[in-house]
Amino acid sequence: MIVTNIEYVPGKQIVAHYGIVQGSTVRARHAGADFAAGLKNIVGGELKGYTKLLEGARKEALERMVKQAEQLGANAVINVRFATSTITQGAAELMAYGTAVRVE
Amino acid sequence: MDALISLISIFVLMLLGYSVGSFVEKVHYASVKKRENQFLDLPAITFRKLPQDKEVIDAQLVMGSVVISLDYFKRFLAGLRHIVGGRIKSYETLLDRARREAILRMKEEARKLGADVILNVRFETAGIKKVKRKQKVGCFEVLAYGTAIKFAK
Repeated sequence: MIVTNIEYVPGKQIVAHYGIVQGSTVRARHAGADFAAGLKNIVGGELKGYTKLLEGARKEALERMVKQAEQLGANAVINVRFATSTITQGAAELMAYGTAVRVE
Repeated sequence: MDALISLISIFVLMLLGYSVGSFVEKVHYASVKKRENQFLDLPAITFRKLPQDKEVIDAQLVMGSVVISLDYFKRFLAGLRHIVGGRIKSYETLLDRARREAILRMKEEARKLGADVILNVRFETAGIKKVKRKQKVGCFEVLAYGTAIKFAK
């Protein structure tokens, strides 16, 4: 599976479009990471717990998107975009969407 | 007496935040500059098409993200800034650092794939706030993503 965020796959021709595919996940912070972040807020700097959490969540959203594309019979997802939205306090939705295509 | 104790604790927190915060920032800037020099041969560009025609053998999405927060003293200064308006320098350097770090992480991922260039780099910024005791946490997530391209040798 080829995943890119440009409108084509370099060196390959698009032979079929399957439309939009998307994957999303909703994550809540856990108390431990929250506590560490509270401490870190005094001195500033990177909040590693949050970074890890969001990275994992985004990978999962991508995987779900890829799975949907595979079901359609596509072998590439092009023009991928990310979106983040806060639903309630302490929970965020991470979403990835793109166009499923077949390339040769 | 209670007021005095809380005043002292705020002062101590600000002092701690200022000293540790500016030290961390200095160290981080030094490491960012050093790593940026290491990645000079792997440009990240915002074009969608390759500037020159070359045979491409691999294209893959790469990304890097950072969650970063402001220290106590700088947040206090930024609060003061709200009264008179104008540039909030502490937030500017914070976001600058976060973006450069995100790009570096993206490049690290691309390097692992053996990429030669990263096309169509985009940024995504999200503020993460929590409202607890009416205190806003100035913390941001910065995401950089693009398409890593590998040329045929």
